[in-house]
Amino acid sequence: MNKKVISFKQFSFKYRSQESPSLYDINLAINQGERILITGPSGSGKSTLGRCINGLIPNTFKGEIKGALERMGGDAGDQRIPALSKKVGTVLQDTDAQFIGLTVGEDIAFALENDAVPQVEMKKTVAQAAKQVGMELFLDQSPHDLSGGQKQRVSMAGVLVDPVSILLFDEPLANLDPASGKATMHLIDRIQKETGVTVVIIEHRVEDVLAIGIDRIVLVADGKIVADAPPDQLLCSGVLEANGVREPLYLTALKRAGIPIVPELHPESLDHMSLDGAGAALLAWTHAAVSEKEHLLGQPILNVSHVNFHYESDRPTLEDVSFSVRKGERIALVGKNGAGKSTLTKLICGLEHPDSGTIYIGGGDISTQTIKERSEHIGLVMQNPNQMISQNMIFDEVAFGMRLRGFAEEEIKRRVYESLKICGLYPYRNWPVSALSFGQKKRVTIASILVLDPDLLILDEPTAGQDYRHYTEIMRFLESLSEKGMTLIMITHDMHLMLEYTERALVMADGRLIADQPPAELLSDADIASRANLKTTSLYHLAERVGFSSPPTFVKHFIQSEQGRRSCDENAHAQLH
Amino acid sequence: MKKDWLSIRTIVAAGIGAAIFIILRYISIPVGFVPNTTVQLSYIFLALIAVVYGPVAGGLVGLIGHSLGDALQYGSVWWSWVVVSAIVGIGFGLASHFLKISDGEFGWKSIAVFNLFQVVTQAVGWFLIAPILDISIYGEPANKVFVQGFTAGILDIVTVGIFGTLLIWIYTQTRTKVGSLKKEA
Amino acid sequence: MRMHMLSYIDRATPIHQMTGAAKLICFILWSVIAMTTFDTRVLVFMLIAGVIIFRVAKVRLSEISFVLSFILIFLLLNNLGIYIFAPRQGTAIYGTTHILVHLPGIYSLTFEQLFYQLNVSLKYFAVIPFALLFIVTTQPSEFAASLNRIGVSYRIAYAVSITLRYIPDVQRGYHEIAQAQQARGVDLSGKQKFARRIRQASAIVIPLIIFTLDRIEVVSNAMELRRFGKKKKRTWYHGRPFTRIDYLAVLFAVLLLILSLWLTLQRGSRYYNPFI
Ligand SMILES: Nc1ncnc2c1ncn2[C@@H]1O[C@H](COP(=O)(O)OP(=O)(O)OP(=O)(O)O)[C@@H](O)[C@H]1O
Ligand SMILES: Nc1ncnc2c1ncn2[C@@H]1O[C@H](COP(=O)(O)OP(=O)(O)OP(=O)(O)O)[C@@H](O)[C@H]1O
Ligand SMILES: [Mg+2]
Ligand SMILES: [Mg+2]
Repeated sequence: MNKKVISFKQFSFKYRSQESPSLYDINLAINQGERILITGPSGSGKSTLGRCINGLIPNTFKGEIKGALERMGGDAGDQRIPALSKKVGTVLQDTDAQFIGLTVGEDIAFALENDAVPQVEMKKTVAQAAKQVGMELFLDQSPHDLSGGQKQRVSMAGVLVDPVSILLFDEPLANLDPASGKATMHLIDRIQKETGVTVVIIEHRVEDVLAIGIDRIVLVADGKIVADAPPDQLLCSGVLEANGVREPLYLTALKRAGIPIVPELHPESLDHMSLDGAGAALLAWTHAAVSEKEHLLGQPILNVSHVNFHYESDRPTLEDVSFSVRKGERIALVGKNGAGKSTLTKLICGLEHPDSGTIYIGGGDISTQTIKERSEHIGLVMQNPNQMISQNMIFDEVAFGMRLRGFAEEEIKRRVYESLKICGLYPYRNWPVSALSFGQKKRVTIASILVLDPDLLILDEPTAGQDYRHYTEIMRFLESLSEKGMTLIMITHDMHLMLEYTERALVMADGRLIADQPPAELLSDADIASRANLKTTSLYHLAERVGFSSPPTFVKHFIQSEQGRRSCDENAHAQLH
Repeated sequence: MKKDWLSIRTIVAAGIGAAIFIILRYISIPVGFVPNTTVQLSYIFLALIAVVYGPVAGGLVGLIGHSLGDALQYGSVWWSWVVVSAIVGIGFGLASHFLKISDGEFGWKSIAVFNLFQVVTQAVGWFLIAPILDISIYGEPANKVFVQGFTAGILDIVTVGIFGTLLIWIYTQTRTKVGSLKKEA
Repeated sequence: MRMHMLSYIDRATPIHQMTGAAKLICFILWSVIAMTTFDTRVLVFMLIAGVIIFRVAKVRLSEISFVLSFILIFLLLNNLGIYIFAPRQGTAIYGTTHILVHLPGIYSLTFEQLFYQLNVSLKYFAVIPFALLFIVTTQPSEFAASLNRIGVSYRIAYAVSITLRYIPDVQRGYHEIAQAQQARGVDLSGKQKFARRIRQASAIVIPLIIFTLDRIEVVSNAMELRRFGKKKKRTWYHGRPFTRIDYLAVLFAVLLLILSLWLTLQRGSRYYNPFI
């Protein structure tokens, strides 16, 4: 059982282009069969740590290594990837890029083909692996016909064809809708149980990963391991919050209610957590009054009516979508992977044109306006940062839009620095974009749109791959903007984000708009939730477990108190300066 | 063994490079000042891939890109020119031995070197090899194919000379020097 | 941006059942014959055979019409070009002059010229059906396996497979980058000055390059992590063994090649000459 498979000793790594190491004095031992969660702020070095484990460092990412890294007993230097990859199976952050084959079957078979396994045997193994991840019916599909979650499963099957002893996942949940995310975690759980492999998961969504039972949480913060302990202990220490990583919601709620979190309560899983007496405290807390913020709305500024759309394939992507948005509204656009959310935003910005139906902005039909004209009013932060980034240096990238619009340089400088600070990128302002981590790139694109302050701001999964601290900073700023009258539409898979920062949810499933109602009500509507692959947050379960009559009101209270706290902080902040 | 001249990176560069080469055949920026001539984007891109990933990648992109491209677009392959594309790709790639592109170095000297290579190889390719192959394979009249080769060649040499150089320069700007990155307060 | 590209058309016909490798070999032999000979009889035979096989494969003209129309235009221009540059090529080749229409200068239209140009066009037409068939009846997945089987190094064969895999991705990527940049206020409608247009274009070209180059990095990492190129040989999930029809097809092509070569040697010239 406790045979070491990985051991870092006084290990440090510096990328070729970096002046200072991205990882330093790392001491970490991973044993056979363990389930490890690696978490930490964006840009802290998680993926880098992963690359050390699977051998991409030092074999393809060049840089300086100090200290020792042992994999399966052997020493890192002499371990070429081929030998290693039989033991370490990696599922990359970017599943599109990992999908090498022309069809699902081929992609799963890839490693076997390279080992020159006879075809008959290969087909058998592939069939098994596909079955393991529930993709046996898709073997002839091409990657373009698969949803994000399905691609993830294919990548997993692709590594399962080897007798790996370590499975490494880099942010497996980043772009999955809640239900798919849950399914993925259960899949990982089952495979680990069946095969007894060591599982290492890099993830920001701590709560979702804990759901399957984790042996240890390793917390990385700017290049160092700041904590390495079993969940029950680590969750009690409050070290996650201190490092800007979101702890499970139910724990936050319990803390707010003044209940001390101790290992004996088994805080790592809500189902097994002992909550005797918590009910009373929570109840008392819910009765404490909280300041409620009133948010008033203006004229309708966006009106989408009976829009239909399809891409090359004859299958419709959007069917008869209609809704209208008023100035200053904060709206969450949620739903299944592949439901058509991103496509809808493209239509609104005029990047694609509806087959039928019309889109009005500020009352006027915009079908006649060019994309450029629309971009004066609408700011769009796309799902994939790599598509938006057109400049080499971060500053220029954020300044690009303003330069196109011919602002004066000093004005540009001022506003660019401001939005870089908001997005926590100011220290990197003179870096090339290529040296940033995924989450950092995403923030660059957000900054580059914020700087233009548009009337209508559309964000496609703004918090994907972001850590809690940056996420709250960005969201607070957006809140302040919307109080000044900016309209927000946010595509997200994060149910709590929806509950916390928006007062209206548009729900999409398979190209149709299936609901348009306040977020809280939405999640209590089991039918809609399941049709759109949504799921309730752990706050609901907490409320249920302590036997509250109406969980939604509890959630509402929690969110309001959080908002109350935030505004307090802000005031305090204001007084400081 | 093979690895050193045909590494995974080279293969992937060749494969994805060829895909882009093919796509770019469909896209053309009209040159403002010369009426109804368009910039052949694919050869400009070929130049970049070749100087970054070397002659093997360059040659393969030319070969695969042009032949597969022809096949997919026209349902038939004009082999004589495919051969030339491959040779041109190799030629561009040979320049990479004298350049330090990946370290972000592309001064006047490098520009001269690159252009020397591109002019020579393209001249040989378009003015000589293409016509000769056309004659020997398709038995076309000499003067016709030489005129064809000349016009095509001149156009490509000029565009690659201007835009290819520009593109490579832009690329080198995106490279970061060793040990140059540090957080600032 | 619409891009017309030929792609696999799934039908249950003997041609589809043939292995890609066999079809590739036939296609190559066929091309060699067409390149080497000017024997009208052979070329006509090839054309007819091609058309028949085309019928067998049940490919509709409408499915490939855009290609055909292109080819016709191309051939027309090419023929004009030849006539303008070398109106007496035919005579030069066949050694006789039967004038059909008297025209000023050297431009009199001769039988020989017509015949010669007919052959040039035939050479082209004779291959087209096979080229088309090979593309539209071979599954992309099988393509690389076929190349490898006929002796191409599997590394290079795989490069081709990567190309086929990424054409749609790059297409979509290009499209989406263009959109993203326009959404930021880049104006791509060509109504500005050249310099400005280049600057605008670079707003698309640069992301495309960055996108490409880091795709290359990530994909080669992914392949490395799954041991590509570790061994001297490689098996293929989609590879298929030769069957009787494959052998027959190849045999047929070989025989035709031999015949054509024999005719050429015996005549001592590539050109079949009906005039003497
Ligand atoms: N290829 C690279 N070249 C240079 N520096 C890099 C490279 N990749 C990452 N870095 C640097 O290393 C640091 C850690 O990056 P890493 O990708 O490991 O962060 P991360 O924890 O995975 O972040 P995220 O959660 O956003 O993915 C970052 O500050 C980044 O600037
Ligand atoms: N450029 C495109 N060309 C063709 N089909 C596309 C394109 N973009 C998306 N699709 C298809 O349209 C459907 C909707 O895609 P879209 O990206 O809008 O979904 P989504 O709701 O944003 O999903 P996710 O939550 O995973 O981002 C999917 O089936 C997708 O495969
Ligand atoms: Mg990462
Ligand atoms: Mg999307």
